[in-house]
Amino acid sequence: MDTSSTIKKKTLDVQEKIRQNKEKQKVLRKLEKVVPAFLLLCAGFSVITTAGILFTLLKEAIGFFGVVPLNEFFFNTSWRPWSGSFGVLPLITGTLLITLIAILVALPLGIAAAIFLSEYASARVRKMIKPTLEVLAGIPTVVYGFFALTFVTPVLEKLIPDLQIFNALSAGIVVGIMIIPMVASLSEDAMNAVPNSLREGAMAMGSTKFEVAMKVVLPAAFSGVVASIVLAISRAIGETMIVTIAAGQSPNFTFDPTMSIQTLTAFIVQGTSGDTTYGSTIYYSVYAVGITLFVFTLAMNLLAQYIARRFREEY
Amino acid sequence: MNGFLSKEEWKKRLNRRLFINRIFYILFFAATTIGLIFLAMLLYRVLTQGIGYLSWDFIKGFPAPYPEEAGIFAGMIGSVYLIAIVAPVSLVLGVSTAIYLEEYAPKNRISRFIQGNIQNLAGVPSIVFGLLGLTFFVYIMDFGYSLLAGGLTMSLLVLPIIVVAAQEAIRSVPNELKEASYGMGATKWQTILRVVLPASIPGILTGSILALSRAIGETAPLLIVGAAAAIYSLPDSLLGPYTAMPIQIYSWVSRPGEEWPLVAAAGIIVLLIVLLLMNAVAVFIRNKFQKRY
Repeated sequence: MDTSSTIKKKTLDVQEKIRQNKEKQKVLRKLEKVVPAFLLLCAGFSVITTAGILFTLLKEAIGFFGVVPLNEFFFNTSWRPWSGSFGVLPLITGTLLITLIAILVALPLGIAAAIFLSEYASARVRKMIKPTLEVLAGIPTVVYGFFALTFVTPVLEKLIPDLQIFNALSAGIVVGIMIIPMVASLSEDAMNAVPNSLREGAMAMGSTKFEVAMKVVLPAAFSGVVASIVLAISRAIGETMIVTIAAGQSPNFTFDPTMSIQTLTAFIVQGTSGDTTYGSTIYYSVYAVGITLFVFTLAMNLLAQYIARRFREEY
Repeated sequence: MNGFLSKEEWKKRLNRRLFINRIFYILFFAATTIGLIFLAMLLYRVLTQGIGYLSWDFIKGFPAPYPEEAGIFAGMIGSVYLIAIVAPVSLVLGVSTAIYLEEYAPKNRISRFIQGNIQNLAGVPSIVFGLLGLTFFVYIMDFGYSLLAGGLTMSLLVLPIIVVAAQEAIRSVPNELKEASYGMGATKWQTILRVVLPASIPGILTGSILALSRAIGETAPLLIVGAAAAIYSLPDSLLGPYTAMPIQIYSWVSRPGEEWPLVAAAGIIVLLIVLLLMNAVAVFIRNKFQKRY
């Protein structure tokens, strides 16, 4: 009597287990449907962010162009928003001047560093230098701005006596230093992807290391190197704190690097600072400048992706 | 002459080529060190200028109208609060996006669009994110110039970086592990939750800490969404005013006078120490826990 009741209890247990298992299976199957939906929703956030950026920039910029006609914005050569003249050209030339100086610094130094790291340096040296160089990319830009204003500008002042305290040259040089790791690291990746057989072929023909680097590796990695430079240009255009601190807030329509200028980004900082009221023309003008900046950097990023994809040599 | 080089001529050319090779070796090396020299000068400059103002009072102090009394405490706490918002929001969104793209996304146009979108988002200047935050969080959602608006803006800014880092970490988990898990009868989500994620967590953490350290040093978007330069109390709610370390430094740099740059340098030392610690943690996690399959 005793045993039969335990057997009965055991079968009940098993039935219970099976029931529980089925229940669990059901939950699992439901999870398999719910989880991907949730994950897709999260992935959608990045698309929403992009849409949000486009929407806000466009909406407020359209508000601006309702007040200031397009041709004044693009062809007037004076940017004095507080006295009502909205010609964006001085801001664009200011941005281009900074970018030009930065690239003049970063292009030779970055590519030379990439060639050194990929062609000349031993594995040990590369392992030491590369992370240290990348520290440069991790330093906050406000720190670079401080350094440009309190160190680079005084040093340059000794060489060029009539340099203004806020000037494009000092800011441009420091922006250039900031983007060196970007050029060096991406270019070196491209050079590393060049197969050794090409180098060995050139070496066997009696080339020196320099000839291998310039006539074999650099041409073979050319698309990657160009893409890295275009990306660096995009970074330089969008750089804000260095130019806000060291290049000044005076939108001069000039290409003289000793003068104080204002970039697109620096105006956005100035235009959104405390005393601008919501809905004023200045408030809207910030977004018109913002969308100009956004178009410039987006074009550069797309160009870099296109170059990297279109002209890549497959080995 | 029969078109061949004479021996002397050949030697001359070879020596010239070897000479050029030597010169450029030195030039390339010099160019590489310029970046490093610049870094050393920057650190030296900041240390020598700021060390005099770096004291316990500076770390415990609030912003003040006089350089001797100014402190970075409000900035430090503000930065901590910001990270407390940015880390959960951007990690949940970023890691989920990465899992979706790596494990679930069908190879179609929509997936490629999301992927390309993230790549482009990573290239958008940080100040444009500030404008997004200003319109959307500050005005439309009506958070005002608050901690919450700043934190959410920063979350969107670091999101693409975290997605890319998490994707790389997830991709490096070898297929055999997943197949073994499927072979044991596990469902897809069980496999992801108990096999893929544990194996990729060191990589995700390393990348996320680096992304968060970028958020700590970022200044421009916070200026746009209205972090305050002078604040005499700690933020008491999500909708309260706040400041952050780089904002404090910027406000000191842009003040006139001989003394303020020195205060800024002291602030920079504190900021760099925080960043150094975060990077050290990231490197430690990578070396200690990351397996190479």
